[in-house]
Amino acid sequence: MMDETNLRTTILTVAAAVAAHADELTALDSAIGDGDHGANMKRGFDAVAADVDAIASNELPEALIKIGTKLVMTVGGASGPLYGTLFLTLGKQLAARPGDYAGALLQAVDAVAARGKSELGQKTMLDVLYPVAHAFRDGKSKSEILAVAEREAAATKDRRAIRGRASFLGERSVGHIDPGARSSALIVEAIGETLP
Amino acid sequence: MSNVGIVIVSHSPRVAEGAADMVRQMVGNEVPLAWCGGDPSGGLGTNVEAILDAINRAWSDKGVAILVDLGGAETNSEMAIEMLPPERAGKVVICNAPVVEGAVMAATEASGGATLVQVQATAQELSPA
Repeated sequence: MMDETNLRTTILTVAAAVAAHADELTALDSAIGDGDHGANMKRGFDAVAADVDAIASNELPEALIKIGTKLVMTVGGASGPLYGTLFLTLGKQLAARPGDYAGALLQAVDAVAARGKSELGQKTMLDVLYPVAHAFRDGKSKSEILAVAEREAAATKDRRAIRGRASFLGERSVGHIDPGARSSALIVEAIGETLP
Repeated sequence: MSNVGIVIVSHSPRVAEGAADMVRQMVGNEVPLAWCGGDPSGGLGTNVEAILDAINRAWSDKGVAILVDLGGAETNSEMAIEMLPPERAGKVVICNAPVVEGAVMAATEASGGATLVQVQATAQELSPA
């Protein structure tokens, strides 16, 4: 599915997308959280990009594990363990069941849900990741999957936060897009850009 | 050290250090104690590497109890525990308790030679069931 050049391009594209949208993520997080999501994600993905040579020279499962570990160590907010768990589990699952991308992705999203003690519909990154994983499993086209990511991130606006810092706001969390859902959609879009 | 160790994890290094000062005032050096706070760039946040380091500094064969403030502190602490060697990971718990009161209560309990389970239970008595 991915050779070293593609993997390198994908990593750098994702990191560039996160960096380009860091201010937007921070603005979303300032509305309903602690306002650090953009800076945290940028720090994490900058660190991944800085290590791209050492990461992309590995097989995909090992590369994903290295990305996850790097995010865990560098992001510095709850999104570090959450995104870290996503990539770590994806890598471990792909190593255990080579080629089963859809199965591995679903397991990875389940692992994020367990880490965050959250579930679908609670105005979190899961609101994007689950529908994307399901669309991917169901064999939807790339453009359909990207549309799902975009639509589901936007749909978090009308939800009330149940988990995370935004839940402290209760009803006042309604009316704002969830920053984690937005960053998840951004990453899905950036990966989509680089895949055939 | 034969007493359970205490680790304090806050988004703010000053909160963590202040809570640790209050613990020291209660229990002196009877309890291994370490704290950390701040993200990897020094802003407000928490940092898995710093938490791992704090656990190792407060290490006791009786185990280590971690007190955390908000969400990310807990999630990052869970991640840090999973990254410990298995023989250590099984001896570290996170207390569901307010960080300052929990740290003082947990350390006071620990200073009397209580087990890790007792230390955690004492801290968690502070939280509504």
